[in-house]
Amino acid sequence: MTQLITDLFSNFWVSLAGKLLLVATMVPVIGMLLGFAEMKLSAKMQSRVGPYFAGGRWGWAQLIADGVKFFQKEDLIPEDADRPVFKAAPILVLVGTLSLFVVIPFGPGLVFQDLSVGIFYALAISSIGTIGVLMAGWSSANKYSLMGGLRAAGQLIAYELPLVLAVVGSVIMAGTMSMSGIVEAQISAGFPFVLVQFIGFGIFMIAALAELSRIPFDMPIAESELVMGYVTEYSGFRFLFFFLAEYANMFTMSAIAATLFLGGYWLPFMSESALEFAGPLILIGKVFLLTFIMIWFRWTFPRFREDQLQTLAWKVLIPLALANIAITATLKVVL
Amino acid sequence: MTTNARRTIPGSGLIKGLGVTITTMFKTILLPKKYLATVNYPKVKETLVPRARGVIALDQDACTVCMLCARQCPDWCIYIEGHKESQPPSKPGGRIRVRAELDRFDIDYALCMYCGICVEVCPFDALFWTPEYEYSESKMGNMLHDMDRLQDWMTTVPEPPALEK
Repeated sequence: MTQLITDLFSNFWVSLAGKLLLVATMVPVIGMLLGFAEMKLSAKMQSRVGPYFAGGRWGWAQLIADGVKFFQKEDLIPEDADRPVFKAAPILVLVGTLSLFVVIPFGPGLVFQDLSVGIFYALAISSIGTIGVLMAGWSSANKYSLMGGLRAAGQLIAYELPLVLAVVGSVIMAGTMSMSGIVEAQISAGFPFVLVQFIGFGIFMIAALAELSRIPFDMPIAESELVMGYVTEYSGFRFLFFFLAEYANMFTMSAIAATLFLGGYWLPFMSESALEFAGPLILIGKVFLLTFIMIWFRWTFPRFREDQLQTLAWKVLIPLALANIAITATLKVVL
Repeated sequence: MTTNARRTIPGSGLIKGLGVTITTMFKTILLPKKYLATVNYPKVKETLVPRARGVIALDQDACTVCMLCARQCPDWCIYIEGHKESQPPSKPGGRIRVRAELDRFDIDYALCMYCGICVEVCPFDALFWTPEYEYSESKMGNMLHDMDRLQDWMTTVPEPPALEK
């Protein structure tokens, strides 16, 4: 029996289908989990109860009910919209997020595909979502959407640079771009890179918040100014795509940060065999810690002004990241 | 005092804000009874202050159909009709007395903006605020409360506050 299953999964197409199925179930579950965590935690931070009735206890079924609601809604497309582009945009945003799952190592050898340029691939593929956002803003034929799309373009491109530059420090220390390789480098070094690369970690998290367009970097969807930015005209299932992509993206960004800086699936003083079992749980624990910080930031800080946002990226984060790279590289050569 | 009298570390305000939200979160999770600012409305009801403006009650016996409230109402949402009834003279050979009887007194709460001018202006203390608020309807026409329904609200009028000495 075990032989049969091993044989079956050694077939390329069967294993591909299995992996696709796993990601396709993982993303909605993660999206719902994080969405629910956000609802509940934000409520507690504001002395409220949060979702309470759906599903009986704690309102645990709130997000399922929301999902069913989105399925039932009419799929509205504005008359002047550029229809194919309008329809393709949410798919592109979600695909950009899904593709990131490919390179995240959940345990020793437990990775969908261990690319040798893993982190490069992750940063490149996450920019596809930016194109989706631009497409959504442009094709909606709505001034709010267009403004949101423009702001998203300005912001996401500005923060792509510190995001990439912050990663370089870790890559230099590990000497490899493979995500699993970076985790193994941290295991052999005996400490997570955040202890040395704390500047890089800080810049990465700030830039990741901006890439996710979350408060305090939510200029592209600023509700009080732009209705909902590039998502304004979307309804029903297409809106659900954007919603899922946002929360799944939170997960993947946190997972990349956890892998690069916090040791990924590894905890100090754990044996190799224990890691094989507990690896995914450790990684998910670290991811939830980082997403908690993101949620915490969202419900504490007010929104940036557009010029402050650009100033932070170009005048603070990028020089800081470049200095970090220079120092890391020098120390790598000297030591 | 100069304008920037106290120099603070840059970013200390951000840390302070984060501290506020996280302490609120733990307080709300650990001691919900004490720190929860909201109530689970349909199950638990808040006791409103006596002067809360929920709905207006009418004391039919005190009303003299003077129409002051209807004329002062900015929305014209009060409808009053009445007629006069003659009563026998108090002394034999005296003049026949006339008394106004209330036929209709409706308040359209779909129009009312809860300004309270009618309550203020009533010279005979026939109108009162009560803190009741659960009278929504599925049909807008049912928001028109007739005089019997307004009389029923009288049971919910709170005790007036004690007079100042």
